[in-house]
Amino acid sequence: MKKKLTLMMGIVVAAWLLSLVWIVPFLGLLMTAIRPLKEIIHGWWNFDSFNPMFKNFLGAWNHPTVPLSEGMRNSLIVAVPATIIPIFVASIAAYGFARFSFPIKNYLFVTIVLLMAIPQQMVAAPIFRIMKELGLLNSYLGLIIVHSAWGSPWILFFMRNFFTTLPIEVEEAAKIDGSSDSQIFFRIILPMSLPAIASATVLQFMWVWSDFFLALILLYSPAKLVATQRIPLMRGVYHVDWGILSAGALLVMLVPLLIFVFLQRYYIKGMVGWTIK
Amino acid sequence: MLSKKGKFSHFFFFAPVLALIGVFIIFPVFSTIYLSFFSSSGKFTFLANYLNVLSRREILNLKGFSSGFPLGALLHNLLWIFIHLPLTTFLGLVLAIILKDVKGGSVIKSIIFLGMITPMIIGGVILRFMFDKNVGIVNAFLAILGVEPKTWTAYPETALFALIFGSVWLWAGFSMVLYSAGLGTIPKDYSEAAKIDGATPLRIFFNITLPLLKPITMVVVTMTVLWELKIFDIVYIATMGGPGGASNVMGLQMYFYAFRQFDFNSAAVVATILMLLTLVVMIPMMTTLRGERG
Repeated sequence: MKKKLTLMMGIVVAAWLLSLVWIVPFLGLLMTAIRPLKEIIHGWWNFDSFNPMFKNFLGAWNHPTVPLSEGMRNSLIVAVPATIIPIFVASIAAYGFARFSFPIKNYLFVTIVLLMAIPQQMVAAPIFRIMKELGLLNSYLGLIIVHSAWGSPWILFFMRNFFTTLPIEVEEAAKIDGSSDSQIFFRIILPMSLPAIASATVLQFMWVWSDFFLALILLYSPAKLVATQRIPLMRGVYHVDWGILSAGALLVMLVPLLIFVFLQRYYIKGMVGWTIK
Repeated sequence: MLSKKGKFSHFFFFAPVLALIGVFIIFPVFSTIYLSFFSSSGKFTFLANYLNVLSRREILNLKGFSSGFPLGALLHNLLWIFIHLPLTTFLGLVLAIILKDVKGGSVIKSIIFLGMITPMIIGGVILRFMFDKNVGIVNAFLAILGVEPKTWTAYPETALFALIFGSVWLWAGFSMVLYSAGLGTIPKDYSEAAKIDGATPLRIFFNITLPLLKPITMVVVTMTVLWELKIFDIVYIATMGGPGGASNVMGLQMYFYAFRQFDFNSAAVVATILMLLTLVVMIPMMTTLRGERG
């Protein structure tokens, strides 16, 4: 019994040491952001002198060429509609896939699921051309539309799986009372689906916020760049300015971090429900 | 019971999403496939174009095996899978099992999961930072073992490995969270019954737990391989595929072809190869999806 207890203790200590390994890189980022360069140049883990400051955060926020204040605002302008639109259009279609029957339904559904696997590189060049034709290149609307299309297959898959778990009896009763399909969806199904919609919202918002590739292709004028696009440009020309870069990285990370801290339940549910029924 | 009446109105449930996906995903996909059959000069060459691109040094460089990196973007992606996939999958499983009963396990899980919620462009910054000669913590640890400090991402022979091992740190949270969820669904009675029959913990793990986790393992493996094939942001910011293409990957090479060299045909070939690989990876999961529906 005593041997078992020591073993358990060992596992607990090992587990906490392991979590230390995982947190140290983030800690390094934080230390580099809040301390002057001369304190961290020989390693941020030296604490001979420790003078925390917020200069780097201000420097990143008001960066002379790529201010992050502007970038974060742009990211929000893109991410909010690029979350709402696909959730709406994909949810109604997901309901259709869960409840209606029509000839090619299964083929269509498999195709849409397959779209989840495709790399963005596969659509990048044609989307660039389409947006140029539509005059939506270098515009938020163009990027919002592409994100909406890109997020739809996953949301559709996720919401359909959720809808199939709902009891069909309520809908049948409403049907007998003369409700139309759209009434049933908006009055009965939607209110019951709020937890699933919350999960989809959290994940889609985080993906759009974190996206780099699509923004890189579609937005190019300096004032329009989203937050993630500004990080590579903050590196400095002749040497890496780690202080500013770390502060900027932390600011961009702050948004997903806060969402995760407050909405963790929905995030994990979305992540797991994506795959396990 | 529910369908039949008003079939036409059902169309409006699907129309918006089909329009969106049709114009901005499906049409572009076929457009890219079409482009990939033409050479850069606009001549229809069908598959010869693929042979041409695959014979380029930046895509496939078999000589690299004797003369050192780069091995070409395609092999770099495969190397990423060979190293990163077993490490993250196994690590996630071990973490999920250990942290299940440890005090404060959920806190540790959240910390490990931080890598997953980090935008990958930031993940790339952190990797570059960790491996830096002066400010990187990796060198501080290696110094204890007597290894000369250097910026690991700046040398052809180490750049790719630095990124691959670094990305283990970023991605391990994924398999850990899925395995944790999976472990939670296994009824305790199974292992308790086995224990009464005299099974050792190790046998319980291999004969009961692991087989029950098989569907999760498939999901973890599929999603992880897809992630490794699509890798872009990390490499873009940490090394830009360098030095000398030593850490280049397919996603980045497609970007170089299309948006740096404006060679959309070669870019289409690279993208199509990448898509074919991702679709192959999806096959096992699609077959279980079909089985589920009966």
